Amino acid sequence: MRSPVFFVVALAVGVLVFTACRLVHNDYVFVAGYTVVQYVVLATAWNILGGYCGYVNFGTAAFFALGAYSTVAIHKLVPLPLPLLLLVGGTVSGVVGLGTGYQTLRLRGAFFSIATLALAVVVQTLVTNWDFVGGSRGAYVLRPQTIAPLGNYVQYLFLTMLVLAVVAVTAARMIERSRLGNGFSAIRDDELAAEASGVPTLRLKLVATTLSGAFMGMAGAPFPYSVGYVDPASSFNLAYAVNSIAMPLIGGTTSWIGPLTGAILLGTIQQVATVTISSAVNLLIVGLLLVAFVIVAPNGIVGLVTAVLRRGSKP
Amino acid sequence: MDFPFELLMNAVIAGLLLGGFYAAVTAGVSISFGILDIVNIAHPAFIILGSYIAYIVNRTFGLDPILTSVVVLPAFYLLGALVYQVYHVSFEKRGDEALRGLAFFFGLLFITEVGLVLVFGVDYRYVEASYIGPSLHIGIVDLPMRMLVPCLVSLLLITVLQFFLTRTFVGRAIMAVAQDQLALRLMAADPIRIKRIAFAISIATAAVAGAFLIVIQPVEPSVGREYIGRVFAICVLGGMGSLPGTVIAAMLLGVVESITSTFYGPSWAPAVAFGVLLLTLAFRPAGLLGR
Amino acid sequence: MTRPLLQVNNLSKRFGGFVALESIDLTVAPGERLGLIGPNGSGKSTLVNCLCGTLRNETGTVTFDGAPLEGLATHQRTRLGIARSFQLPRPFVSMTLADNIRVPLLYAGGRTKPQLGTAAIDQRCAELLGLVGLAAKAAQWPRDLTQVEMRKLELARALAADPKLLIADEAMAGLSHSEVEDILTLLVRLNENGITIILIEHIMRAVMSFSERLVVLVSGRKIADGPPLEVIADSQVERAYLGH
Repeated sequence: MRSPVFFVVALAVGVLVFTACRLVHNDYVFVAGYTVVQYVVLATAWNILGGYCGYVNFGTAAFFALGAYSTVAIHKLVPLPLPLLLLVGGTVSGVVGLGTGYQTLRLRGAFFSIATLALAVVVQTLVTNWDFVGGSRGAYVLRPQTIAPLGNYVQYLFLTMLVLAVVAVTAARMIERSRLGNGFSAIRDDELAAEASGVPTLRLKLVATTLSGAFMGMAGAPFPYSVGYVDPASSFNLAYAVNSIAMPLIGGTTSWIGPLTGAILLGTIQQVATVTISSAVNLLIVGLLLVAFVIVAPNGIVGLVTAVLRRGSKP
Repeated sequence: MDFPFELLMNAVIAGLLLGGFYAAVTAGVSISFGILDIVNIAHPAFIILGSYIAYIVNRTFGLDPILTSVVVLPAFYLLGALVYQVYHVSFEKRGDEALRGLAFFFGLLFITEVGLVLVFGVDYRYVEASYIGPSLHIGIVDLPMRMLVPCLVSLLLITVLQFFLTRTFVGRAIMAVAQDQLALRLMAADPIRIKRIAFAISIATAAVAGAFLIVIQPVEPSVGREYIGRVFAICVLGGMGSLPGTVIAAMLLGVVESITSTFYGPSWAPAVAFGVLLLTLAFRPAGLLGR
Repeated sequence: MTRPLLQVNNLSKRFGGFVALESIDLTVAPGERLGLIGPNGSGKSTLVNCLCGTLRNETGTVTFDGAPLEGLATHQRTRLGIARSFQLPRPFVSMTLADNIRVPLLYAGGRTKPQLGTAAIDQRCAELLGLVGLAAKAAQWPRDLTQVEMRKLELARALAADPKLLIADEAMAGLSHSEVEDILTLLVRLNENGITIILIEHIMRAVMSFSERLVVLVSGRKIADGPPLEVIADSQVERAYLGH
């Protein structure tokens, strides 16, 4: 299926999902759905650098929060429409991703990963000390009550996130099937051999880091409007780091289907669990599943399904 | 304006004592990352585990935390051996250390922290011992005993480790295993077994480091995360696998952190370690005593 | 006199206190078949790594086809026309054989021609695999290959980069007599089509029959450089390498 066709089909699916949610007559569906779809974006973004290139980013929270806090900062200055806020958040996070990558991607992958941990700590420290966006006390962000022609702003947020998810997934799929994707796979499999084969590894890694960071920033941009109150504790929540890593690794890292599956499955389970059990137990389960899957099912759910299908088709 | 000489002096001394402690914390990573090339970012989790065990024993039986850790050493050794075995079979053999191996350790770090939150909550825990509280006063210098004792025991621990690595067969095999597995096999030593022993030792040191930690400061589950940056910064700065280098680098970082904390406030301390790491990687990746 | 394809002047490389290469001078003419021999640890692979940019040499210059290689990354050198096969094969394990060949075709194969389209690339993949006798296994995975086949894949992948200079680093280690003959025939054919080849090998029979010129490295120094029969007869070489 060619990419433009896929985009239209995915968009249609998104519209279907949205319409189905509207039939439920309960705003909570949109709030819970927003979080799940947000994770689709985060997981897909993480996988572009992690699954395709093999470089582990522990600092998802930093890129996400940069997007969120860009919105908070702008909201205090001049009200901008949401799509523009997404662009700003995406640009800020993309640039930071590029900068981080430029400093660390010439080193071993392990040092890049540790640097992303550092990034999370440093950005959190900076934000906590920046009073304009509320510092450690946090900031209240009043969202509009309604927006034409949809009406309900909560539904508008959900729709925006759905569209972003469609864009992210389409982009990931396009990359997979392109020259860029071949280069990424070569880097992941054997960086030295990739270089010897003419692949400009540093440049490609920077592209992956920038794209990944940008999508994470875009996912974070509407966050202040979604929750109404933003503080460092909630924006830099460990849940973002572990989920953005667990969802692709559990779903499957080699294709766009993996993060999508992982995010929908894990995201939904967590929404249910947070309500019925505590959020700490919920995170513990995610952590345990992550460790279990990397040990037992390294190709994730997609890998398991593929293996079963392949065995089924053999006589 | 009066140059705050006394303040600086005490900051430096505190930094050196802190550095002694940091050396114990990093010794394990010097082995697992510096020598074995295993990126165990979960090392701080094992340290925090050690802290909480020391806490429980101290609360229940009133036993000294550092002594407790020595008793618990064998258990941590076995835990380390188990973790390495899983790591080796699941990731080293499959060649998947860079992605899934790393995610595995992250998962362990995460599970430990969340598990501790569920069991103990987020309140700070502390221990009681005879040397927590009093200070030695030498001239204008203050030497808090709760920092001096761990520092001295830590240096002792590192000396023992260094002796082990350089003077015993197993120790020398460990030093060699990273460089030449074939030669090791020809010497009738199984590289996997050697690596397992080394990793187990690295986790065993975490038990003792954990006791030091809870003596020096109150502990809560997320404290471990602050140490990831420190530990890898010191390991790289110290020359990756050189224990003497680790001590020097640890002291250096301790002093820099202490001075920053004294004059600019403690909220910047975690950033200092990462800053040092990034600078080292940019300008002198081979470390201070670089090979 | 034609300009040399590869010109190495006074190249040295140390690892800490250990001198791996000392003041190496080397000239390779276009279309030449050069053999490079030396005991294990003499610095042959280090030299290859310095030529390809995987390692940085401390002193000396390397000029390829008139262009200095200082500061160029490995992938840039590949695009200029230097290709190498690795001593221990390094296939892309998550890709089929065809896709392994596709990577260098996509990133370095368009050097002398404009960027190939998908169909042309697919065809070229098949051609290259056919050249090394792996056409039937195009859709298989590297983990299903034998050692010999992996060596052949290494060569095919190096060829996909459309090189002017091919450095074959111990491509024949562990192969049987007929397999060695296969690879040798292939290399000769490639050379006849204009590719300059540096053959690094321990199999003396192959090196002697293939090389127009022989260079000997011992302990990081070049001790001989000339026609194969002369070099073999050199007493220094006999003592240092051949052991008598």
